Amino acid sequence: MEAIYIILAGSLVAVSCGLVGSYLILRKMAMVADAISHAVLPGIVIAFFISGSRDSLPMLLGAGALGIITTFLIEFFHKKGNLQTDASIGVTFTWLFALGVILISTFAGKVDLDQDCVLYGEIAYVPIDLWITDTGTIMGPRVLYISGSVLLVVIAFIFIGYKELFLTTFDPSYAAIIGINTTLWHYLLMGAVSLTTVASFESVGAILVVALLIAPPATAYLLTEDFKKMLIFTCIIGIIVSVLGYYLASYIDGSIAGAMSTVAGLIFLVVFLFSPTQGVVFRNRRSKLSMTLNEEPI
Amino acid sequence: MEDFLYFFSFQDPNIRYVVVGSVLLAISAAIVGCFTFLKKRALIGDAVAHSVLPGVCLAFVVSGTKNPIYLIIGAFITGWLSLRFIDMIVRYSKLKEDTAIGLTLSVFFGLGILILTAIQHSGNANQSGLDQFLFGKAASLVGQDLIVFGSVSIILLLVVGLLFKELTLLAFDEQFGKAIGMPVKGLELVLTTLTVLAVVTGIQAVGVVLMAAMLITPAAAARFWTDKLTTMVFLAALFGAISGVSGAYISFVAPAMPTGPWIVLVISFIAMSSFFIAPRKGILYKQFQQRKYQKQILEENILKAFFHLGEADEQYYGHRKISDLISQRRFVMGRLKGGLQKLVRSGFLKQDREGWVLTEEGKNKGQRIVKLHRLWELYLTEYLRIAPDHVHDEAETIEHIITPEIEARLEKKLNYPSVDPHNETIPYR
Repeated sequence: MEAIYIILAGSLVAVSCGLVGSYLILRKMAMVADAISHAVLPGIVIAFFISGSRDSLPMLLGAGALGIITTFLIEFFHKKGNLQTDASIGVTFTWLFALGVILISTFAGKVDLDQDCVLYGEIAYVPIDLWITDTGTIMGPRVLYISGSVLLVVIAFIFIGYKELFLTTFDPSYAAIIGINTTLWHYLLMGAVSLTTVASFESVGAILVVALLIAPPATAYLLTEDFKKMLIFTCIIGIIVSVLGYYLASYIDGSIAGAMSTVAGLIFLVVFLFSPTQGVVFRNRRSKLSMTLNEEPI
Repeated sequence: MEDFLYFFSFQDPNIRYVVVGSVLLAISAAIVGCFTFLKKRALIGDAVAHSVLPGVCLAFVVSGTKNPIYLIIGAFITGWLSLRFIDMIVRYSKLKEDTAIGLTLSVFFGLGILILTAIQHSGNANQSGLDQFLFGKAASLVGQDLIVFGSVSIILLLVVGLLFKELTLLAFDEQFGKAIGMPVKGLELVLTTLTVLAVVTGIQAVGVVLMAAMLITPAAAARFWTDKLTTMVFLAALFGAISGVSGAYISFVAPAMPTGPWIVLVISFIAMSSFFIAPRKGILYKQFQQRKYQKQILEENILKAFFHLGEADEQYYGHRKISDLISQRRFVMGRLKGGLQKLVRSGFLKQDREGWVLTEEGKNKGQRIVKLHRLWELYLTEYLRIAPDHVHDEAETIEHIITPEIEARLEKKLNYPSVDPHNETIPYR
């Protein structure tokens, strides 16, 4: 039962991350996601400290606020200070993350949060951390409810805004012409990123959530040209990552989140090498084939 | 305070070691960072920094000790591999560089965490302290570690010193380098290796998670103060050194604190301040300049309005009221009043009960602006063949910028014309 709870939690997190991540990698915003996932840390710690609990709402508010501040600061240094984008990202998220770690060390003992949790989460504790109602009924693991509802929100978001997200991702200028507010959808997507990051934070930590945001969609992207199929493949890969990650971690007795990112990386590597349309191996063979064809006299 | 004095008197040899070590590694990261920054590959440093973790852990598993030499070799191998992976992904697939960086750094880091936690759970007594590589602990930088990490930094500084010219060329104009027969591929390999080395030396004091900041932030800060590469490298090294010393100090007064985040906060503080206050490039300086120009433009527009009113009733020294000026041009009331006051103070206007009057200086200045405006309109129609009804807006901005030299050339080129394209007289003095 324990294994099922953990795998289920991992799958829920991996699927919502992957769905949001699909849009991010197509919009060339992978590193912005990396920045946000690091930079929400001080917001989460402060929310922890003020509310004194792991209630999701204060955490969400804290992280959301920091997510907005991060995107704002990156833009601000880039536009007003003429700092190149990559450096602007690098400077902004590192100091916010540093601030978060320092806050954790300062409040150590006062908040139920430590550096390990930040780095690789506590998905192993999912089965222990139960949601018990005031009347004493045990409703099952709390994390399942949180990540489950976040996944529902993400799916609803993509379902409702599919056309808008699709167009603003692939052809922003056309989207603007037919009257879609590209800035609004940009910020809605950033909001979705912050939401999934916060929800995944407890389970897989701030850094490894990046692996779940990027690796499954990047793998799916190499398997298909069709965006809808890419979303479906991403979900399937997310679930495989969660299952295999759990068994790898229990086999070598290590962090489950670490194992999940490792598996995600391995799956990517396999697809990168052997994808039927994009893989390095087949591509080499194809280009050799076309070379021999070209050499024939016309 | 006592701690402070004790620390900065450097009596304790341990403190000396720690300070020297932190400064050396901060300097080497900052210097290498300048080149990656200028090549616009700043985030590569982030990828390498995260990717050395599995190497460090594997080296520990294989060697069974925390001997810094093994750890450095392990870190070097995975750090370098990660860069190869990023290049491979970008070259052989349709994925973009940012995805490749994010993917590689998170997967390598995840692998590192997996091995690290496995080591921790294995109950190996030697392993304690391995997790300090995550967020750094400058105080643990003593004895053998210092010698190893210190020599790596010195080698790194020597290489940069010897190849300074070549690396500069690589950062600014790779194509030119290729054209004059420089081994650009080889140099890129050197820069990659240097980046990995800089990260490797920093892991003990700063930790892998935040090492990226030591590469990016000093360079970004230094860039705001200068346009000259040597000065930039020197400044970045200085900023790095300051943060290194503060990191060592914090590690001394608060042993429970990880040093990496503090070093990063100090260097980020320096960088943020630079972004705002640096002369010429700083955000505040730019805003100040912009205000100054806006004021100058407003004042010149007011004088111009006076001159136009004078042209209309041929009384250049007539009294004008605010309503007259506003009928001439849409001024914002508050700003108009401020501008008028300022012009009175600088002697271009006089104020009495009936209103404002131009002084001779004021009239001349207004006249010059009107002249420039009309000369430019004529220039645009004559030389650029722009229709006369399209030239006003252009002239409206350029009239505040034209210098006396350009003015003289315009007059000469247009042969001292008497009217502009709208048949208005060009007022010469």
